Amino acid sequence: MSYDVVIGLEVHAQLTTRTKMFCGCPATFGAPPNTQTCPICQGMPGTLPVINRRAVEYGVRTALAFSCRINPACRFARKHYYYPDMPKNFQISQYEEPLAEDGWLEVDVPTGGTRRIGIQRLHLEEDVGKLVHEGTLESAQASLVDYNRAGVPLMETVSRPEIRSPEEAAAYLRAFRAVLIYLGVNDGNMEEGSLRCDANVSLKPAGARELGTKVEIKNLNSFRNVQRALEFEVKRQAEALDRGERIVQETRLWDADHGYTRSMRSKEFAHDYRYFPEPDLVPLKLDAAFVERIAGELPELPRARRGRFTAEFGLPAYDAGILTQSRALADYYETAVRAFPQPKVVSNWVMSELLRVLPGDDERAIAETRLTPARLAGLLRLIEDGTISGKIAKTVFEKMVETGDEASAIVRREGLTQVADAGALEALVDAAIAGNQRAVEDFRGGKTAAAKAIVGHVMKASGGKANPAMVSRLVEQKLTKS
Amino acid sequence: MDAHRPIHELTAAFRRGETTPSAVTEAFLARIEKLDSKLGAYITVTRDHARAAAAAADARYRDGRPRSPLDGAPLAIKDVLCTRGITTTCGSRILEKFVPPYDATIVTRLAQAGAIMLGKANMDEFAMGSSTEHSAFYPTRNPWDLARVPGGSSGGPAAAVAGGLAAGGYGTDTGGSIRQPAAFCGLVGLKPTYGRISRYGLVAFASSLDHIGPFGLDVTDTALLLGVAAGHDPLDATSIDAPVPDYTADLARGVRGLRLGVPDEYFIEGMDPEIEAAVRAAIETLQSLGGTVERVSLPATPHALATYYVIGPAEASSNLARYDGVKYGLRVPGRDLIDMESRTRAAGFGAEVKRRIMLGTYVLSAGYYDAYYGQAQKVRTLVRRDFDAAFARVDLIVAPTTPNVAFRHGEKADPVQMYLNDVFTIPADMSGVPAVSVPCGFTKAGLPIGLQLIGKTLDEATVLRAAYAYEQATDWHRRRPDLQ
Repeated sequence: MSYDVVIGLEVHAQLTTRTKMFCGCPATFGAPPNTQTCPICQGMPGTLPVINRRAVEYGVRTALAFSCRINPACRFARKHYYYPDMPKNFQISQYEEPLAEDGWLEVDVPTGGTRRIGIQRLHLEEDVGKLVHEGTLESAQASLVDYNRAGVPLMETVSRPEIRSPEEAAAYLRAFRAVLIYLGVNDGNMEEGSLRCDANVSLKPAGARELGTKVEIKNLNSFRNVQRALEFEVKRQAEALDRGERIVQETRLWDADHGYTRSMRSKEFAHDYRYFPEPDLVPLKLDAAFVERIAGELPELPRARRGRFTAEFGLPAYDAGILTQSRALADYYETAVRAFPQPKVVSNWVMSELLRVLPGDDERAIAETRLTPARLAGLLRLIEDGTISGKIAKTVFEKMVETGDEASAIVRREGLTQVADAGALEALVDAAIAGNQRAVEDFRGGKTAAAKAIVGHVMKASGGKANPAMVSRLVEQKLTKS
Repeated sequence: MDAHRPIHELTAAFRRGETTPSAVTEAFLARIEKLDSKLGAYITVTRDHARAAAAAADARYRDGRPRSPLDGAPLAIKDVLCTRGITTTCGSRILEKFVPPYDATIVTRLAQAGAIMLGKANMDEFAMGSSTEHSAFYPTRNPWDLARVPGGSSGGPAAAVAGGLAAGGYGTDTGGSIRQPAAFCGLVGLKPTYGRISRYGLVAFASSLDHIGPFGLDVTDTALLLGVAAGHDPLDATSIDAPVPDYTADLARGVRGLRLGVPDEYFIEGMDPEIEAAVRAAIETLQSLGGTVERVSLPATPHALATYYVIGPAEASSNLARYDGVKYGLRVPGRDLIDMESRTRAAGFGAEVKRRIMLGTYVLSAGYYDAYYGQAQKVRTLVRRDFDAAFARVDLIVAPTTPNVAFRHGEKADPVQMYLNDVFTIPADMSGVPAVSVPCGFTKAGLPIGLQLIGKTLDEATVLRAAYAYEQATDWHRRRPDLQ
């Protein structure tokens, strides 16, 4: 039987604020266990939460980028369940009154073109800590808790169930991540868990109106896993339905190592979270001026920038897509093009060389690289004015990465300037002709391609520094003349 | 030493050099040593801490530079307020060995003001109770009659101040837990406006209802104790950012011209006739001092108690979820995590706390939320509106603090009978308006009776002014129990 796939994604993004959601502890990743905690984020008796204004700002910024309606007043609520990674045994989240609702995200669909996927809601909450087991979960004699992550600001964004395939889900997540990185509210690092995804998936007979029973899948920590897990789950559900079975409403865990989903808990064991408004916080009122200020500061978003790159710089869509994957990379490219106004040349160098040494979505690495756009432009100018060859330029590029020096300084220091002195080149050409009589005969016998072998010898003998155009000309002259 | 000298007299004597904070502190410590085994007012006596603070206060008075009107005042602090490096038990086994690494904001403010903490005072476990019989350690007794309860849940600080084991104190009031013990012990006890005193470091029972407030031997002390504790705190998002007036400035202005409302709903069937008579007489006194009296109605009052027993337990079930043996406090080992948590909570919480956790868990459960918690919030709004409507007509509401005087230990074994004790105090907690209890007489058996004055939001000054006028016209506050 043929089915329609219905997918909704819940994405949890850690906000890149300096401090935690409800206390002043640093929100950074990777510190030794429990060194970034205080009585508040450890949930000690008598402590109280205070809302991080910057986190609210980031939430609003994201909501605006997704064209959501910002609620003028929202509330925090307590979500209860017992788990030791959660110091208070409740999480401060938002429930009935989220920060923002009803937006959308435009996604490139695998079949070509774009689709708007609805965003149902966006809310703020606090992250939980981490359990560290001595050995495996099953055999551990003891488990330790690290509360460094407890209280880190999290933004949960729930899509509408409008995603139609696993590929589309991965595309949604890619577009989502790009927007967050552009907004500077999340570092996009799925490996470290600063961006996490859960999916709801159900099938219904093709064309049917009523939705099927949904299954929630957790632990989708990469684009690939989102797609693989959903593909597995769609197949599993389709086969079950084909056998006439009913789908059980449950939560399933994706096991990336073995490539399958397994049941975590069924509906009857579902938590009753006992939500109620957080009495330690007053309702959060967002005045229009605050929201307007943030709207005024919104950066150009990936999709718009991509469009501008093809229109303004005449770049192929492929190049524009890669160059706009992060704000830092797009900024890098634009700065470089301003300094060296040959858009496609700059694009080629950024895509093939720069992105070989730097991850294109690592905002910080790109923003802080010693190989600045000005220096890349400097290197390209040396090629253009014939000082160095394109081949040498790649060596110079490597050295720039290593040392952080200017291209011209490296060229000077290492004596990499192209040999364009006709006298010096002539000597090399004569020597090459003398030493490759077979090639000379071939050429004279009508195999004009044989000249290339001689050119190659000259280049090699010059250590790559000979100006290739001049060498070709000289070789040809000499071979036809004599 | 007169163990019942109000703070304003003690500090005047300090300034004149007649005595010193150290001498007074030693005298209180000696009385605690001698009498507290009978009274059970303290859980932890902080002798060394008190002596060091007193010596520092001595020096300031010698230099003629006391820090505040509370400098050198020896106080009892309810054991629900966190004290850095000093055990804070909340009257519970589960926190018996809990030593907070931080001070409650009020504790910081008191230290900055130079006040001296004599010790952490006894209480009903997690402030749940009206008799201080539900302390996990031992009950507190009423200094007027050791067979009777001091009220609760702040029975410890109330008994300490009334018994001459501290010059003043602080408690907390979630459903009447300051005003009812003040009434039972013949003290002045004030519950300020919600948000007037920071709750940071107050171990939460019901966050939207918890208030910190002072016990004083008289109204002047109460005003001084409020003044030091009140004020905005960035650590408490519910704290009010409004200037703190000098609460003693207008005390002597009298009640002439004040409109006093007497609510029909606070004189109920079954209340102690001696209380009704004393309160009616007090109202006449206020009238004779120039106040005008009129009847007002607070029609939602009969529903306030039931509503309170939905909202309070709901918030408590959430606030107390953190006590699981994982991080601090008691841990009873178990086979696995859930077993450990269950055993810890079973051993660590007393019956009344468990009852409220179960109640609260139930009313927040899926399918019951709207019928209980949602409905209770609506009634709470009605209780607030009652006060708003009444305060459009009158400046203060005058009523009894409790329907009965101090009862015997063990007398109220039925939880609901116990809950009924708070019927007159709960509405002010639900609406957040300030209220004070002042002594207004004694029963024939010699037990104190409390008069309650309820004011407008942030209008503690008027509440205290009327209480002062009444106090000056009577001498109930001069009677003290003779505890030997």
